[in-house]
Amino acid sequence: MTGLDLIEVDSPVTGSTGSSLAPGRAQALWRSSQPLASTRRQRRRRIKDRAMTAALAACALIAAVPLVSLLWTTVSHGLARLDPTFFNQSMRGVAGVGGGALHAIWGSVLITLAATALAAPVGLGTALWLVECADRSRSALTSGLARAVRAVVGVTAGIPSIVAGLFVYALIALVAGPGYRSGLAGAIALAVIMTPVVESACEEVLARVPGELREGALALGAPQWRCVTSVILPTARPGVISGVLLGVSRVVGETAPLLLVAGFTDSMNLNLLDGRMASLPVYIYSQWQNKGVQAAAYDARAWTAALVLVALVLALHLTARLSARWATRKEH
Amino acid sequence: MTAFADQLLPVELEERAPDDLSQLLTADRVADPVDASRAADAQPAARGVPPKPAEQSEQPVQLGPSTQSDRAARPDRSDSAARADQPVQRSARAGRPGRNLGDIGWRGLTLAAAVTTVLALGSVMAFLALEGAPAVAGDATDLPAQAPDIWALTWPLLFGSAWVSGLALAVAAPVGVGIALFSVLIARRRLGGWLGASIDILAAVPSVVYGLWGLTVLAPLVAPAYAWVADRLGWIPFLAGPASATGRTVLTAAMVLAVMVLPLVASLSREVIRLVPSNLIEGALALGATRWEMIRLVVLPQARSGITAGVMLALGRALGETMAVAMVLSPTPFLISFHLLRSENPGTVASFIAQNFPEAHGLETNALIWLGLVLFALTFLINSLARTLVRPKGGTT
Repeated sequence: MTGLDLIEVDSPVTGSTGSSLAPGRAQALWRSSQPLASTRRQRRRRIKDRAMTAALAACALIAAVPLVSLLWTTVSHGLARLDPTFFNQSMRGVAGVGGGALHAIWGSVLITLAATALAAPVGLGTALWLVECADRSRSALTSGLARAVRAVVGVTAGIPSIVAGLFVYALIALVAGPGYRSGLAGAIALAVIMTPVVESACEEVLARVPGELREGALALGAPQWRCVTSVILPTARPGVISGVLLGVSRVVGETAPLLLVAGFTDSMNLNLLDGRMASLPVYIYSQWQNKGVQAAAYDARAWTAALVLVALVLALHLTARLSARWATRKEH
Repeated sequence: MTAFADQLLPVELEERAPDDLSQLLTADRVADPVDASRAADAQPAARGVPPKPAEQSEQPVQLGPSTQSDRAARPDRSDSAARADQPVQRSARAGRPGRNLGDIGWRGLTLAAAVTTVLALGSVMAFLALEGAPAVAGDATDLPAQAPDIWALTWPLLFGSAWVSGLALAVAAPVGVGIALFSVLIARRRLGGWLGASIDILAAVPSVVYGLWGLTVLAPLVAPAYAWVADRLGWIPFLAGPASATGRTVLTAAMVLAVMVLPLVASLSREVIRLVPSNLIEGALALGATRWEMIRLVVLPQARSGITAGVMLALGRALGETMAVAMVLSPTPFLISFHLLRSENPGTVASFIAQNFPEAHGLETNALIWLGLVLFALTFLINSLARTLVRPKGGTT
């Protein structure tokens, strides 16, 4: 009992957590840490420790297996069709061998750019409003709206991507009638997914801009807009770029919403407003699903598209990471 | 410019009378951010020009004690404001920040962005309800898969979603938490960094590629194992045969899903475990606890609510995962079954939508939108629960 008392009074374990470390736990900890306990118990403790450490390390190894397998499969299956034809031909009139994904690559680029053009300003603007206006305002209306914005962003961050597609379909069905599909609709769906990502990344970065910079600019008599454009945004720039890139890398591989609202086509379509538009993820899906007679050719195209897509996503992801790292390094 | 200001201020301090010190102190405080803002503005032209020696010798003379009355008369022209560029000075005269045209404009713009966010994202449920309602209200004659009524369609799919996601989490949650514990508390810093990076790669792979992988690699790989298990362990209820020959079963789909949500569990748990105060960890070790005892008695109780929240967010993600499940599973309509290895499998809400939407028309579309609303409500519920779990600990989502 004296040992237990000792722990509760002196040890840093209970000292700083207060109630969070229950007395029962402290007792167990104390008992298990008694130096005079029998050597058999010591050995058992040590074996258990080793076993659990090994189990945790095994968890890391388990995760490495699918990663390696996934990357290896993608590369080995994808290399077969990684030829110029893949990048300079569409699937128009192709049944069987040959054909490419030019239309899907263009579609992905256009749809993603349009989605970024929609989501980045809205996300950044919302973050700016939250950090620079709402958090400094004492008005009940403003803070109520700020709470609403944060709640909505939080909810939408976890929205299944297919629900975003259905939402845009429902929205556009009211305007353009049912059955309407276009690249723009796909872009809107992707923007719905991307906005919360960009917003929360930007909000985090903006909140980290040192207050002295802000106060300094304002104390000089700079109006708020000038303080934002020439002090806060330049300071936060790498973080903002990283947030936008993270958002892009999140949506560029999205299949479900594009399958619903942008559809699929075999031919080139560079007009976002007019008709179905292919994209790389949907290309993969449709190559797999609508196999013709020469199934191997369809599989090979699907894997090459997967290789291109994975390479693209990883490049975006890496750029975003490097940009974020650069941003934090600059801060110190 | 920076060097110039540094040279200027000490000179002034020596020459001033003490009663002017307070004014100087504010000037000093202002001078710093100017330089900082300049630096942030990245105007190499302004910084690159070295101050001319003539100016340097001229300025301190001009700013001697005689400027004191000058400053008192025109308070807006402190020497730092005079040094600031033109537009700043002009707007300083225009009055308090927030009153001029530029401010009104930019506030309006950002407010518009915020309102757009709320309206666009907030109306998701409204539009889904609007377009999904006909399927619930109307006479159910034209539903997908010839369903007798909308609930006969909804319940089995909801069961399938819950069953597949639950299985996936049963695998992903312990492994993910294990990875987080290993990378934060056991691995060397460098190894932990590598581990985090590879987990991030796993998170970045698009779901359609996972689907392709599950079909091409995983399903053929596990099919013989399924046959063996169904043969030997078929007496266990879940594992009863006949096993699927293709390997495309609920269990395979759950494994693919587990790999997909593993990064989410691992990264969220890693964040929470990092937040456990190091004095607790060191205290436990100092008392003689082994590393596992330290984890079990100190780290896990501390991080429990955060880990639970992470697992729930991962559950929300798993419920909404579409393509991988749609590609791996070919569902049998209206089936509710706990069998893991058979070739008849229940479908999931998300994959059912994806599989049927491209060919849907009329009321079928409305029914699929209704399913989307159900899915949205479910993930909404789970995510809000996760959020309320996390919030008291100080926002670690």
